[in-house]
Amino acid sequence: MSKDIRIKKGLDIKLVGVAEKKTTNSSQSSVYAVKPEDFHGITPKLVAKEGAEVKAGDTLFYSKSDERILFPSPVSGKVTEVIRGARRKVLAVKIAADATQVYKDFGAKDADAMSAEEVKNHLFASGCWPFVKQRPYDVVANPNQAPKAIFISAYASAPLAADLEYTLAGKEAELQAAITAVSKLTEGLVHVSVGANTTSPLANLKGIELHKVSGPHPSGNVGTQIAKLDPINKGEVVWVITPQDLVVIGELLLTGKLNVSRTIALTGSQFSKPAYVTAISGAAIADVTANNLNDDNTRIISGNVLSGKEVKVEEFLGYYDNQITAIPEGDDYEFFGWNKPIFNKISTSRALTFSWLTPKKKYDLNTNTNGEHRAFVVTGSYEEVFPLDIYPMQLLKAFMYKDLDEMEALGGYEVAPEDFALTEFVCVSKQPHQKIIREGLDLMREELG
Amino acid sequence: MSLKQNLHNLKEKYKGTKMAPAFNAIHTFLYLPNEVTHAGGTHIKAADDLKRTMNIVIMALIPCLLFGMFNAGYQHYAAIDNSLRADVLANFFTFDNLWIGIVKVLPLVIVSYGVGLLVEFIFAVIKGHEVEEGYLVTGMLVPLIVPVDTPLWMLSVAVVFGVVIGKEVFGGTGMNILNPALTIRAFLFFAYPTWMSGDKVWVYDAVNMNEADAISGETMLGYYAKSGQELTVKGANGAADIVTTYGDRANELYSTFDKFMGFIPGSVGETSTFLILIGAAILIFTKIGSWRIILSAFVGAAVMGLIFNQVVAADIITESSKFYGLMNTVWWEHLTIGGLAFGAVFMATDPVTGSQTNKGKWIYGFLIGFISIMIRVFNPAYPEGVFLAILLMNVFAPTIDHYVVQGNVKKRLNRTKVKTA
Repeated sequence: MSKDIRIKKGLDIKLVGVAEKKTTNSSQSSVYAVKPEDFHGITPKLVAKEGAEVKAGDTLFYSKSDERILFPSPVSGKVTEVIRGARRKVLAVKIAADATQVYKDFGAKDADAMSAEEVKNHLFASGCWPFVKQRPYDVVANPNQAPKAIFISAYASAPLAADLEYTLAGKEAELQAAITAVSKLTEGLVHVSVGANTTSPLANLKGIELHKVSGPHPSGNVGTQIAKLDPINKGEVVWVITPQDLVVIGELLLTGKLNVSRTIALTGSQFSKPAYVTAISGAAIADVTANNLNDDNTRIISGNVLSGKEVKVEEFLGYYDNQITAIPEGDDYEFFGWNKPIFNKISTSRALTFSWLTPKKKYDLNTNTNGEHRAFVVTGSYEEVFPLDIYPMQLLKAFMYKDLDEMEALGGYEVAPEDFALTEFVCVSKQPHQKIIREGLDLMREELG
Repeated sequence: MSLKQNLHNLKEKYKGTKMAPAFNAIHTFLYLPNEVTHAGGTHIKAADDLKRTMNIVIMALIPCLLFGMFNAGYQHYAAIDNSLRADVLANFFTFDNLWIGIVKVLPLVIVSYGVGLLVEFIFAVIKGHEVEEGYLVTGMLVPLIVPVDTPLWMLSVAVVFGVVIGKEVFGGTGMNILNPALTIRAFLFFAYPTWMSGDKVWVYDAVNMNEADAISGETMLGYYAKSGQELTVKGANGAADIVTTYGDRANELYSTFDKFMGFIPGSVGETSTFLILIGAAILIFTKIGSWRIILSAFVGAAVMGLIFNQVVAADIITESSKFYGLMNTVWWEHLTIGGLAFGAVFMATDPVTGSQTNKGKWIYGFLIGFISIMIRVFNPAYPEGVFLAILLMNVFAPTIDHYVVQGNVKKRLNRTKVKTA
């Protein structure tokens, strides 16, 4: 029985710079980097020393808490530099790529014939395990705890998000192989959600529970879908894999090669031609965005404008990201900006803000906070954009004063930082919701396990 | 160099010093700051900030303030010459009326803002936090909920008390339990009861006039509370004294239209239910004020009024009772007189001190209306209950929210139980 997901609470933020459906190959970068901070909560143990030669798929580091979780090099080449920060924390492992890529051979597999244990071990060995993330806590999945279900959201509703129908077109074989394999890891269902009226390559897969999603963002957030389909209770775990990562797993199973290349959407008003490019995870931003980016006072984001990470042009694409957004920085003053009528910014109120008049208009928003940080004052505005059956402000406050009992009781197990992206966007007090949630989840994970 | 650049340089110069919050308060008043979003959060933010939110409330209050200024003069002159009431519309919007407003009401506004913001700035400098916007609204509410003849020194003392005890001791805007404007009003009422109640303070100069002319500055609620008592009105121009009752006198002086439009004595901004409803429309349309609280407060007041009407209809209370007058007031009239409408629209909707959950807002608003009318009827000393009802519910709002949120918590627990059962 498949259940459709329809939500009303939420907000579609329409921005200038939708990627045109045209894909070019970005030139291969000379340097790639894998950043342990992309894998939240992992403490890396380095395997590859500076100067070592690696193939694509060779291990760079593994997780201190579970030695089976390996993190692979996306390309073949030479480890040139391990960048460390305070207390010798590993910030990034840089690899100078070979001109012709050499892949480590993990052997083609027949997913149908594999047992659960074999699938698990294959994902460990090939460095694909980090693609499997878990809720609660929104971290790389703990392999020792069986998930009650696996969720895959193939509907992207975030601002300017890459159109998964387009980027994954023609990948049915890979997706099917991956689904067949990972479905052995759970006794529950594999939930796949796609947009309504879709021709998504995921719509016709076998062995899945298909759901059609409609409504404004965050309808595409996997957290919203979990809450609507099978909410997480205390002690339960669900696993989450993105469709683009499934393709990598599928290709590994079919060919034996770990090929972490994906189609990246270049979006936002600071791109002269927003479009799609193919690139390998960890590629240099400068190479991916070559000849396209207006880098004058620009905020470059690996990911979307709500939950992505700020990167500089000399830095690298995030491990999981399939989108780069570039918007103008807003580091300027605006005369009487707090009381004059506003036509060029988005607002959910109508407090002399007029975005409600033009729901279809696309806005060119910058990074200005549009006001200073304040204590929580306004009530009721978060609920309008928050579809989960949770009291968002009460949960945020519980996370701030770190009352573990309340954090648990109010729904702390069910949320991820990205679920609070919209409430952060509309927040009149400019509170850092996602940061509060991230820190609270880390505390819960430490104290409650 | 432009003003923008000059101010920017000054801001950089004073960064980290004691005076930075005071400077920033003025700077951010002129310019939306150049702050950008931080790592780990959204990279874009919606257009609203707290200043904008507060600004909308102030704009919704402006009609009430302007009306109050005219009304201050109108009530003054109409008290001297009752014949003015015959043609309200012709005699209301006159420059003479406005002048009284400028002389009597504007100083209240200036003192309220001056003293309140001074306290805010001092606290911001001492505690090193930014000057928060809460007082922008409080400072406008205060002059609208005090009688026009409130001495400025009393107002100053009350504002200092209200801002310090009502807000700053809790940590400033967003942390307070009681509505600061109502704390100020309550302080005035309890600290200077002989001045703040009775029939003298509501009309400018009524104290002086009364001795010579026996003219009363009674509010509507005052008239109704004493509706059965005998009242002797001195005849104008040497005519014979008229003996009547308070209730009859009120009906003679003020029509339903007067009460709804606000051509009656009362606190400066609370009299015009019509303009308050326009304010409510602004707050609801802009999504700044909670329509749930506003609506349920009116419903709660109507329900309590109806109950009292039924009590009277069933002859449980007789005319000899001192509660008879206000109990017998028709339920919908309760909504147009006194401070109920103003309280429900502008005070109960304060998001900090009110209920924070949507379900809680219904209960909170309803109880405010309900208890307001109850206190109004049963308080022998002072026939008004809105500010006490709201302060009372301010205290109970967290409790209401607690039980609403517990409902959500229980639902979550049950989900687990069903699974494990």
